[in-house]
Amino acid sequence: MDSSFSSIVPAPQDPILTVYFASRDDLSPVKLNLSGGSYRSEEGKPLVLQAVRRAEQQLANDMSRDKEYLPLDGLAEFNKLSAKLILGDDSSAMKENRVVTIQCLSGTGSLRIGAEFLAKHNQERVIFVSNPTWGNHPNIFSLAGFSVEYYRYYDPKTRGLDFKGMLEDLGAAPSGAIVVLQACAHNPTGVDPTLKQWEQIRQVVRSKSLLPFFDNAYQGFASGDLELDAQAVRMFVNDGGECLIAQSFAKNMGLYGERIGALTIVCTSEDVVRKVKSQLLLVVRPMYLSPPIHGASIVTTILKNSDMYNDWTVELKGMANRIFSMRKQLNEALQARGTPGDWSHIIKQIGMFSFTGLNEKQVRFIAKEYHIYMNYDGRVSIAGLSSKTVSQLADAIHAAVTRMA
Amino acid sequence: MDSVFSNVVRAPEDPILGVTVAYNNDPSPAKLNLGVGAYRTEEGKPLVLDVVRRAEQQLVNDPSRVKEYIPIAGLADFNKLSAKLILGADSPAIQESRVATIQCLSGTGSLRVGAEFLKKHYHQSVIFIPKPTWGNHPKVFNLAGLSVEYYRYYDPATRGLDFQGLLEDLGAAPSGAIVLLHACAHNPTGVDPTSEQWEQIRQLMRSKSLLPFFDSAYQGFASGSLDTDAHAVRIFVADGGECLIAQSYAKNMGLYGERVGALSIVCKSADVASKVESQVKLVVRPMYSSPPIHGASIVATILKSSDMYNDWTIELKGMADRIINMRQQLFEALQAKGTPGDWSHIIKQIGMFTFTGLNKEQVAFMTKEYHIYMTSDGRISMAGLSSKTVPHLVEAIHAAVTRVA
Repeated sequence: MDSSFSSIVPAPQDPILTVYFASRDDLSPVKLNLSGGSYRSEEGKPLVLQAVRRAEQQLANDMSRDKEYLPLDGLAEFNKLSAKLILGDDSSAMKENRVVTIQCLSGTGSLRIGAEFLAKHNQERVIFVSNPTWGNHPNIFSLAGFSVEYYRYYDPKTRGLDFKGMLEDLGAAPSGAIVVLQACAHNPTGVDPTLKQWEQIRQVVRSKSLLPFFDNAYQGFASGDLELDAQAVRMFVNDGGECLIAQSFAKNMGLYGERIGALTIVCTSEDVVRKVKSQLLLVVRPMYLSPPIHGASIVTTILKNSDMYNDWTVELKGMANRIFSMRKQLNEALQARGTPGDWSHIIKQIGMFSFTGLNEKQVRFIAKEYHIYMNYDGRVSIAGLSSKTVSQLADAIHAAVTRMA
Repeated sequence: MDSVFSNVVRAPEDPILGVTVAYNNDPSPAKLNLGVGAYRTEEGKPLVLDVVRRAEQQLVNDPSRVKEYIPIAGLADFNKLSAKLILGADSPAIQESRVATIQCLSGTGSLRVGAEFLKKHYHQSVIFIPKPTWGNHPKVFNLAGLSVEYYRYYDPATRGLDFQGLLEDLGAAPSGAIVLLHACAHNPTGVDPTSEQWEQIRQLMRSKSLLPFFDSAYQGFASGSLDTDAHAVRIFVADGGECLIAQSYAKNMGLYGERVGALSIVCKSADVASKVESQVKLVVRPMYSSPPIHGASIVATILKSSDMYNDWTIELKGMADRIINMRQQLFEALQAKGTPGDWSHIIKQIGMFTFTGLNKEQVAFMTKEYHIYMTSDGRISMAGLSSKTVPHLVEAIHAAVTRVA
């Protein structure tokens, strides 16, 4: 009997995983993995926030809690608090009941549910993402039935934003196309528009009737301030127009593995919201019935308790500040070595990642000679650095830049 | 401003969820909810197993535990233990590394991921499902891109299995078609084939190269024995052929809201299993990146500790026995009352549900006059009954059968 699956070919290895495995298999005692997307402490360890541990203890010790199915749209309190977090306590869209929020599986799940819903109900089946963007974005949208196009975003010459190119490409997009905008701390580049630039982007998007789909994975993690990191999203919502927002608590609450996030759709009226919500549930039910309870309960516990909320903001700011500090230290270390080139982008970029500007040859050289692992596109996780390892990375970059083209 | 969603229509409400909504709105103190698919104690309350609470406490109090992303395929030990649970610890398929197991979001998630994988990689895209089956099955498969056909299953005349019809319909299926089989405790009918009948089904399916896709949502919950309830799956795997298995811990570990389950694909060779696993991961990553850590950790903790495992089997048997007891009580009470008709199917059927044989009008009557809630197909959840409420249900059935055609 032959296998029904004998013609299946092995899937290509995810490039990020390739780097991870190479780092895992490197026996050098000085090896450093800067390819991952999760925060590390100064000691190089994963971090579970104190507020999270407290919330989890509280939940586990509460004998009145059960493990029944959540509603299809998830935990109601979680949904409300998540919407308030991104839209603001005083959001008029929320007061006017023009917002539907459903709990999803972190950012990815929110993007996928939103994309499946849009593929079913939106006229245009084309979605624009930034060039470059998170590696999983194109897969999510193609599987939902979209054709994926790119708008210019990163300028390798300045290691900053190609603002002119971005406006041109958005301006040329077909009316009704969907545009993925990263709310802050752009992944993989770390390059964010300024608020002034966001306003111009907003105008172009609205004038061309493009539908914004925000990927909000780093609120509070970028600047350290939850309100500040929400400005771009709120600017769009405040103009009364519609948008989608995929929200993740993976990074800002360190809840990576719990898969907790939310999809919010802001509509023009309460009536539309009701219909949209009912259709969203039709996407969820045949995918996984209802979302998982644990992560949502932790987030809710923290967000609704003002002491825990405050403690969380302090820890969140701590993580963001440590990342700022690492950026500063790395930039200073490269300046101190006289490494050729302008390295100011390291402190201009924001969030977990930096697009160093190193090319693949240089990246591979660094892995081989210095046992430091980063993505082949030159992205490093600044969150993976520590004061002890900054000089190692600076040495590696210096060597790569001076010895390899 | 016009909404881009103005053409979105209100989706119909889910019929099963509608039952609970109606129940919640009923002010009668005598109301009884026999619609939900979740276990209830003799006191009518949801149940969190003691062993689950212990496992959870252990996890939450372990400061060395982190919340990093788990692999795309889920927790490795959870996957191994889940495969052993359904296939048996001594399964040659496991020993020969021919099983690819991927942690998914409970049964639904396992079915959806499996279906998406088959749509992409299997040469047949038609799946045969029993008539009737769980209401969500057709949607899960349709959205994955498979076309759905039905095979005869339930015989209203006998309130048992239409075995002849089943064999005829599977016999007429195109070679290679996928066939959904409920491993035990068929939902909604409670009607399972005998082991002799399973053997005939197996022979027929293998002779026509039909691909079995098992939905195993009640292992241990049906008979009270984990091994007995795995019998159908194991005879198929023992013949060396291939199959898919969607496994859920929602009912047998009471982990409904944690959304924990596993998809196992039993292949002809280790090489094929490895390629299959790599391709299944490509389905998962753009859907939700990786599965949630909490529920899988609870399951793994219980399955790998022999004490906890034993305690679990006792609690599981306790739930199964209570349901069997309710069946017995309901049957005897109907006999004692002299309710017209043959009610032996109540004790012949197995698992959480009974297909009473009541028609839509009788069901509506029972809801209106007796405040008893069930799905309109006459399915009742035995898990929702208690010794105290059996008499009320008997009154209602008796009235319905004697007064409504």
